Amino acid sequence: MLPGWVSEPVFGMALTVIAYVASLRVQRRYPWLHPLFVTSGGIILLLVALRIPYEAYAVGGKVLEFFLGPATVALGVPLYRQFRRMKRSMAAILAGVTAGSATGIVIAGLSASLFGASQELVRSMMTKSVTTPIALELARELGGVPELAAVLTVLTGLFGSMFGPALLRRCGVRSDLPIGIAIGTAAHGIGTARLLRESEPQGAASSLAMALAGVITSVLAALLRNGL
Amino acid sequence: MAGFAILMTFLFAGYVIREWTGVPLPANVIGMVLFTAALALRLVKLETVEKAADLLLRHLMLFFAPVVVGVVSFFPLIGREAAAFVGGLVISAVAVLLVTGWTTKALARESAAASGGYPPPEAKNAESAAENGRGGMTV
Repeated sequence: MLPGWVSEPVFGMALTVIAYVASLRVQRRYPWLHPLFVTSGGIILLLVALRIPYEAYAVGGKVLEFFLGPATVALGVPLYRQFRRMKRSMAAILAGVTAGSATGIVIAGLSASLFGASQELVRSMMTKSVTTPIALELARELGGVPELAAVLTVLTGLFGSMFGPALLRRCGVRSDLPIGIAIGTAAHGIGTARLLRESEPQGAASSLAMALAGVITSVLAALLRNGL
Repeated sequence: MAGFAILMTFLFAGYVIREWTGVPLPANVIGMVLFTAALALRLVKLETVEKAADLLLRHLMLFFAPVVVGVVSFFPLIGREAAAFVGGLVISAVAVLLVTGWTTKALARESAAASGGYPPPEAKNAESAAENGRGGMTV
């Protein structure tokens, strides 16, 4: 039998905040360890080890999750501060996000099929680069499974956030604008969260790309659905 | 606190507008677009919101942590299709990153050259930082 405090909001909140602060400490010593990976990995291990059900953790977790709403609105601040620098590259940004979004839909569908995925997985895979609420809706429209799309979206964000910047630099993409645009298009808010800690120009570009990718992918998905 | 109130107002406006118009975007993204526009039009002063916004954004990862933990409860869904799941995810994420990055880089250079023949300042900064071995990740 679990003690009562486990399902109080304070449990999930305290656990998350403590794990987060610890992960920042860890990152100071081992800069390659991504704080979000360490935080969520640590929480998952603890829940499993103590046999605490996810539902009990989520009571407090949802409270913190709520702040994603105002935080997303707050992305307007770096966007506004950096907008003048980005304005003259708008054509390049739009082209990059459109090319990336189209690539995402096609390559995700093709590669999942190659691995022998079921129709449901293939269809849930196609829209996983956009922010979660959009991804869920689009997956539903394309005949995918919304829950599966949510998992794919979050893991894609985490993957892009962890390995994206290093991969891009190794492949010759080194300036702030293309790095930010690529991470925002491929890894939505989770990628943006990392860039904002490291460089405001990158974070702002990523915020912009995240919003644009949401719109462009929605349009592409509508075209695709009418073409099917 | 005034800054936080303003952010919440725009978030709320996002929900209302989404319901009225059926725009295919999440409420918080609609709120972000409106808020950016309000800053650009000077309807909201940057100084009023800057502190609250910077605090929330510095710890954006904290708010994402419960979402990532939530993924665990769906692990059984992946089950037998784990190979396709991981393979598709990694291959397409890499493809999107590179296609977007290369396209933006190539065209941003061109437009900078066309408009005056100098690389955009962000490119200069990041590349000199990269040469210093810091990979452009100046804080």
